[in-house]
Amino acid sequence: MTHHIVEVQDLNYTYPGGVHALQGVSFRIVHGESVGVVGANGAGKSTLLRHLNGYLMPVQGSVRIGDCLVAKPTLRDVRRAVGMVFQDPDDQLFMPTVYEDVAFGPLNLGLPAAEVEARVMQALDTVGAAHLRDRPPHRLSGGEKRAVAIATVLSMAPDLLVLDEPTSNLDPKARRQFIELLRTFRHTKIIATHDLDMILDLCERTIVLHGGRVTADGPTLQIFNDPELLMRSHLEKPLRMQACPVCGKPT
Amino acid sequence: MSTIESALLDMGGLDILAAQNTPIHRRDPRAKVLTALAFIVTVVSFSKYDLSGLLPLFLYPVVLVALGNLPPRYLLGKLLLASPFALIIGVFNPLLDRTILLRIGPVGLSGGWISFVSILLRFLLTVSAALILISTTGFNAVCLALTRLKVPHVLTVQLMLLYRYIFVLAEEASRMVRAWSLRAVKSRRMSPKVFSSLVGQLLLRAVDRAQRIHMAMLSRGFDGEIRLIRPLRFGMADALFVLAWTAFFVLARACNLPQLLGQAVLGITR
Amino acid sequence: MHMADALISPAVGGAMWAATGALTAYSAKKLKAELDERKVPLMGVLGAFIFSAQMINFSIPGTGSSGHIGGGMILAILLGPYAAFLTIASVVAVQALFFADGGLLALGCNIFNMGFFPCFIAYPLIYKKIVGDRPTQGRILLGSTLSAVLGLQMGAFSVVLETVFSRVSELPFATFVLLMQPIHLAIGFVEGLITSAVVGFVWKARPEILELAADAKPIGNLSVKKVLVGLGMATALTAGLLSWFASTHPDGLEWSMFKTSGKEELKAPERGVHAAAESLQQTTAILPDYDFKKPAKPSEPETPAEPENKTDGAAPVVSAGASVAGLVGAAITLVLVGLLGVALRMRRASN
Ligand SMILES: Nc1ncnc2c1ncn2[C@@H]1O[C@H](COP(=O)(O)OP(=O)(O)OP(=O)(O)O)[C@@H](O)[C@H]1O
Ligand SMILES: [Mg+2]
Repeated sequence: MTHHIVEVQDLNYTYPGGVHALQGVSFRIVHGESVGVVGANGAGKSTLLRHLNGYLMPVQGSVRIGDCLVAKPTLRDVRRAVGMVFQDPDDQLFMPTVYEDVAFGPLNLGLPAAEVEARVMQALDTVGAAHLRDRPPHRLSGGEKRAVAIATVLSMAPDLLVLDEPTSNLDPKARRQFIELLRTFRHTKIIATHDLDMILDLCERTIVLHGGRVTADGPTLQIFNDPELLMRSHLEKPLRMQACPVCGKPT
Repeated sequence: MSTIESALLDMGGLDILAAQNTPIHRRDPRAKVLTALAFIVTVVSFSKYDLSGLLPLFLYPVVLVALGNLPPRYLLGKLLLASPFALIIGVFNPLLDRTILLRIGPVGLSGGWISFVSILLRFLLTVSAALILISTTGFNAVCLALTRLKVPHVLTVQLMLLYRYIFVLAEEASRMVRAWSLRAVKSRRMSPKVFSSLVGQLLLRAVDRAQRIHMAMLSRGFDGEIRLIRPLRFGMADALFVLAWTAFFVLARACNLPQLLGQAVLGITR
Repeated sequence: MHMADALISPAVGGAMWAATGALTAYSAKKLKAELDERKVPLMGVLGAFIFSAQMINFSIPGTGSSGHIGGGMILAILLGPYAAFLTIASVVAVQALFFADGGLLALGCNIFNMGFFPCFIAYPLIYKKIVGDRPTQGRILLGSTLSAVLGLQMGAFSVVLETVFSRVSELPFATFVLLMQPIHLAIGFVEGLITSAVVGFVWKARPEILELAADAKPIGNLSVKKVLVGLGMATALTAGLLSWFASTHPDGLEWSMFKTSGKEELKAPERGVHAAAESLQQTTAILPDYDFKKPAKPSEPETPAEPENKTDGAAPVVSAGASVAGLVGAAITLVLVGLLGVALRMRRASN
């Protein structure tokens, strides 16, 4: 058993259209870490995350999750270990009711009915959505959808949570609640986002992608305090680290 | 666009009705599906000149609407809006079939008129049965019932996915139509050309969404089979529901109840 | 062109349900063999897409009216025949349940009319033959237009047949055909042009989407033939069984004899069955002394009119006693049903 839960080595990916979305990406993540992945539109964040659960297969290079090298024969184990939360919860919540959606994963794992029930209720309790269990997903608010989307993944008991733009389309209060929820999880987390303030709240480490390459990888504060690096990567300092727009004093 | 939005509201309305808790709503969905089918088969099996025989069957929608706490006016409104194909075709009957079948004083009633009214009654009965089924059961429960009644799994899963994404896609469509109508100064109506490219765009988005959903399914262990668990319990009350209604339908079909009733009343007063 | 419950007989409705059921089971089996689980979400979402697209109206050039698409051919082209058939089935079912389009018994007819012809006839025999594996804009235009027009013509013709065989409507076959086919020629033409424009749009923007359907193993001629033969057998069998059932059933028989005898009282009813019918009525009659027995003629017509409207007028077909009793009974029935409804409601409200 290695200490590393994620190990990406020299990963390259080219879309059928010929776009070189990833060009030699490498990093390692250890148990319990929370890592932010940031970068401009089209930097390759989503493409990178899609490799972590084997939706895309490495054309060149390798991805290792725990002890498994991501490849056809290990897909089942990999997907069980990696909980993916997608940007649009409407894509993730495809079943008729919240309960059935959260039960979808455990049922695919072939668990007995009682165990499924227990897992579903536990996952819903964790995200505070137990009262929504019989509601159809299209009648949930954006924040509720997001919470349920996380529950669908938690019920699989993953070792690693991978989130792609989890706070897009949330109002400030829902966003805050969501961040607090994520903070309570002890899972290893990888979060791709444009919400740098959230990274500041949740991730001690940040990986910067630009043009399919890792341009920086280190402690979050250090990266966000490097204006030249941020500019090169088409990013801006998180608002909270910028000078106060009214009085000009640093906050 | 109003038609899309009102259609969504409509479906949502039926969904909300289905979320109630009444003795009818509590019945097992299979019981309600089977009873509705028995009802419809009974209705259409009447001879086309039979009017009075159909009347006792109104008991079924009336009782379900009352016990199921459904708003009659809302359902009637939906009935009236429903597809007029039956009426358009039925309206030819009075023109084509002029044989006088019934004479009431000086007025002779032709077979065509009688069969036209019969078509109307059938229409009211069968369509209200479908609406009542949905609004006392809910679409997803109907799908579940169908699965348990051995309808192929692929189809019921399709129905559920379709129903789930109607709301998402119709909203997308109505946003696109709104964006178009804000820019379309000259014409209020969409030309086929604009329509095709708008629909093509919508289609591309739909395909992309399907791909993302597929990814979401895969990442939760999807292997081609969608498994459903929702315990259904077909109890005594459900069996009774089906049996009692079916018995009533058979009775109403076998003997003309209004006729008997009229005989009895006239006989007594005579 | 939704077929409606009100217009069909149980025999036709049942037969078409059987045909549709057979096709559904067949498609489900084929789809399973295809083993392309990508199609599971794709079918659902494209069904929702067609549903939304049907709600957008466009103007039909030169007519001043507006229309909407059916979309059957678009689905067949994008998904291949089996997946498309199941998707169309689910779209039609949702329409029947939520918008009361057609009805539940007619659902079999409607799925068949709108799904079978585009998926299993027009797509493999016309579209595939014309477009082949190497689409061009021109081939797509020709293939989609032709297949949409023919698919709709066949669907409309099927509506005519179902209606005429049901014998609820009085429209004679020839009139109905002359009514339906030209209208659907025009509709099919517009549908075809739009289908080709949409398919062409997708082909230009994302050709790989069209390949998904092409991946599906093309149905060879053999398979089509098998489908047709199987279907024909299933339909004929069910129709036969149901009409046998209907004809052993008194009213069903009366009704069919009625049609053939030109709405006149049958002078010489066939013995056996009719005697059975008579005795059935005897046994079900509670007050056989009154003028109650149905004469040997089709079921008696009554109207739910107010009883005071009628007097002692003697109808040629229906005896006065029967019609008076029928009218009184009808009125009482309606009042009773209505009262019951109100009472149940009030009881609910008071709880
Ligand atoms: N399905 C696809 N087919 C072809 N090219 C794609 C596809 N998805 C992404 N790309 C291309 O790959 C590159 C990386 O895209 P990716 O979605 O990974 O970026 P991202 O960092 O997630 O951007 P965003 O912040 O906008 O989500 C982009 O240039 C994009 O155009
Ligand atoms: Mg992205």
